[in-house]
Amino acid sequence: MDTVILQHISKSYVKEGPPALQDVSFSVKKGELFGLIGPDGAGKSTIFRILTTLLLSDKGSATVAGYDVVKNYHEIRSCVGYMPGKFSLYQDLTIEENLHFFATLFGTTVAANYALIKDIYEQIAPFKNRRAGKLSGGMKQKLALCCALIHRPEVLFLDEPTTGVDAVSRKEFWEMLQRLKAEGITIVVSTPYMDEASLCERIALIQNGQILSINTPAKIIEAYPGKLYALTAPKVHLLLKDTRQYAGISLCYAAGDKLHLSFKEEGKEHPAGLLSWLESKGHQGVRIEEITPDIEDCFIAKTSTHE
Amino acid sequence: MKQFMVFVRKEFYHVFRDRRTLLILFGLPVMQILLFGYALTTEIKNAEIIIVDHAGDVASQQLTTMIAASKYFDISASVLSDEDIYKSFKKGKVKCAVVFPIGFGNDLLHGQTAQIQLIADAADPNTAKTLTNYLTAIIADYQQQINPTAAIPMRIEPVTRMLYNPELNGSMNFVPGVMALVLMIICTTLTSVSIVREKEMGTMEILLVSPFKPTYVVLAKAVPYLALSMIDLIIILLLSVFLLDMPIRGNIILLFLESTLFIICCLSLGLLISSVTRTQQIAMMVSMMGMMLPTILFTGFIFPLENMPLPLQLISNLVPSRWFYVIIKAVMLKGLGIGVIWKETLVLAGMTTALLVISIKSFKTRLS
Repeated sequence: MDTVILQHISKSYVKEGPPALQDVSFSVKKGELFGLIGPDGAGKSTIFRILTTLLLSDKGSATVAGYDVVKNYHEIRSCVGYMPGKFSLYQDLTIEENLHFFATLFGTTVAANYALIKDIYEQIAPFKNRRAGKLSGGMKQKLALCCALIHRPEVLFLDEPTTGVDAVSRKEFWEMLQRLKAEGITIVVSTPYMDEASLCERIALIQNGQILSINTPAKIIEAYPGKLYALTAPKVHLLLKDTRQYAGISLCYAAGDKLHLSFKEEGKEHPAGLLSWLESKGHQGVRIEEITPDIEDCFIAKTSTHE
Repeated sequence: MKQFMVFVRKEFYHVFRDRRTLLILFGLPVMQILLFGYALTTEIKNAEIIIVDHAGDVASQQLTTMIAASKYFDISASVLSDEDIYKSFKKGKVKCAVVFPIGFGNDLLHGQTAQIQLIADAADPNTAKTLTNYLTAIIADYQQQINPTAAIPMRIEPVTRMLYNPELNGSMNFVPGVMALVLMIICTTLTSVSIVREKEMGTMEILLVSPFKPTYVVLAKAVPYLALSMIDLIIILLLSVFLLDMPIRGNIILLFLESTLFIICCLSLGLLISSVTRTQQIAMMVSMMGMMLPTILFTGFIFPLENMPLPLQLISNLVPSRWFYVIIKAVMLKGLGIGVIWKETLVLAGMTTALLVISIKSFKTRLS
C-alpha cells in the first residue's frame, strides 16, 4: 500500500471564489521522493496542511502511513516530520535548544537518532550556541530539517524548503534529501523552482488547485507536445513582441537569455519562415535551433492548454 | 512528563530572553503599586483657603489662628471685598473661603449666637464637602474652648473610632485594589500573548504536528506564568508592607492560597483570550485595554460598588478582581479567616474552573 494517498480532495477557504484545491488525487510510494511543482498560490501548502492533519478537507479522503487524516490524526502526528513553508522554530532559542526541545517533544533524544541528522547537523554545529533568529536562510533550513527529522519520521513533508535559500545551499539541501531517501524515508517536497523538479523521482505539476500531470520528470518531458525551439539574438528582449505576432506561433516566452517557442503545426516552412519574418521587421543576427524541453517548458505548455 | 518539563523550560527561556516581557512582568507591578500608593490619594492636605475678616476682633483672630494651625489648610490671602472673594475662586486655586461678619466677637459673647459663612468651590463636590466638614469641626472645637462649661443641658458627644485604619490612610484602601488590578492585568496579558505568539510565529503548526497533546500545550503555558506571578505577588506584598505600611493581620498562608486561586483564575482568562485571538497585538489589546477598565471600574477600590445602579452591580459580579478585593481586604486589613470569606472564595473557584474548562475545550487541535 502506498504511504501517502489522496483521493478527490477539495478545499475552499472562502465560500465565493475559486477553491484552493479541486479534486486532487495522487499517491506516493513508500521510500519515494515526490515533488509538488507549481507557482505560489497553486495550493501546495494546503495539500501539506491537509496531509499533516492541520486542516480538514471539504471533500475527499486521504491517508498517511496507513492512517486516515481525520480519524487517526493523533497517530499521524507522531510518525511524520513536517517543515512548514515559513521558518517556524523558536527564534530566541539556540540551535542546540531548539533541537533538544523538539527531540524531547517527540519522546526521543538527540543522541538516539543522531546518525540520521549527523551530516546536516555537523554543518551547523559550529554555531550551536547561536540563536535561531540570527542564522542565515540556508542554516535556518538545515536546522528546521534536523528538527523535522529528529524522531526518524516515516514520512517527511517539506513545504518549499529551498525558497529564499542561496544556490549553493539549495544544491546541498537536495543532496541531503537524496541521502534521506536512501535511509528509506518517504519524502514529499514542494518547490516553485522548476529546475529542482528533475531531482525528484516523480512529480505532480499543480496550478490553481488542480493537478496538471503526474509522472517521472523524464516521462513528463517525453510527453511534451510537438517540438520546442530556442531563439537567440544579440538583442533578444526586442524580439518577443514581433515573434508573437507571427501567424504560426503557438507559444513564445522568455527563458533566460533566450526565447522559447513552439509552432501551432509542424511544417517545413516554419523555422525559416519565422526568421525571414523577423528579418523583415529589422532584427539582425537571429538564430533558431530545436531544443529538448525542460520541466518549466512542460509546465508552461500544460498551463496554456489548460486555459 | 519529560515533554511537559521541557516545554515549561522553553517558556522560561522565552521570558528571560525578552526584555519587554520582563519589563511587564516586574516593572509594571512596582510602578503601579508606587503610583497608586503614593500619588493617587483622596486625602486633602494643605488646601488653599482665604479668610475674610470683617470683624477683626479677638474671637475672629483666635479662630483664624486655629484654622491656620491645622494641616489641612493653608491661608493664602486675607481679602475684604466680596468681589475679591469671587475673583480668587475664579482663579481656581482657592478651595474655600471663611467669612467673619462685622461684630462676630460681640455677637458671640453678648448675643449668644454668632454667624460665620463658609464658601466652598463645589465644582468638586467631594472636596468641598470634606473641607467644610473639617472647618465645622475646628469651629466646634473653638466653641468648646471658649466655653468649656457650656450651659447646654443635655448633649451627645460622639466618640468615633476608625477601625482597621485609624489614621484614615488612603493607601489602605488602594493597595489591595491595585494588587488585584496588577495581578489581573499581568496574568491575562502574558499568557494570552505567549500562546498567540506561537500562532503568529508559525511554531504552533509544528507543535500541533507532534505527539504532544494540545491540552498539555495550554497547561504547559500556564505553569511558568503561575510561578512568575507568584514572584510578582511576593514583590507586591513586600512593597505594600515595607513601603506603604500595609499590615498583614490575617493568616499569610491563607493570603497566599487565595492569591494563587485568583492568579490561576486570571491565567485561565488569558488562555481563553489567546484561543479566540489571532495576533499578539489583538491579544494585548483585549487583555490590557479590555481588562483594565472593567477591573478599575468594577473592583470597588475607586468607585464604591454600593453606589452603582443595579445593572452595573450585577455586571461587577462577573469581574474576578471584585471578589479577590473583598477577600484580600478581609485577610490583610481585618485579619479575618476563611470562615468569613468562604463565599467569595467559592465564587472565584467556580469562575476559575469554568474558565479553565472553556479555554481547554476551545483550544483548537487544528489550524482553523
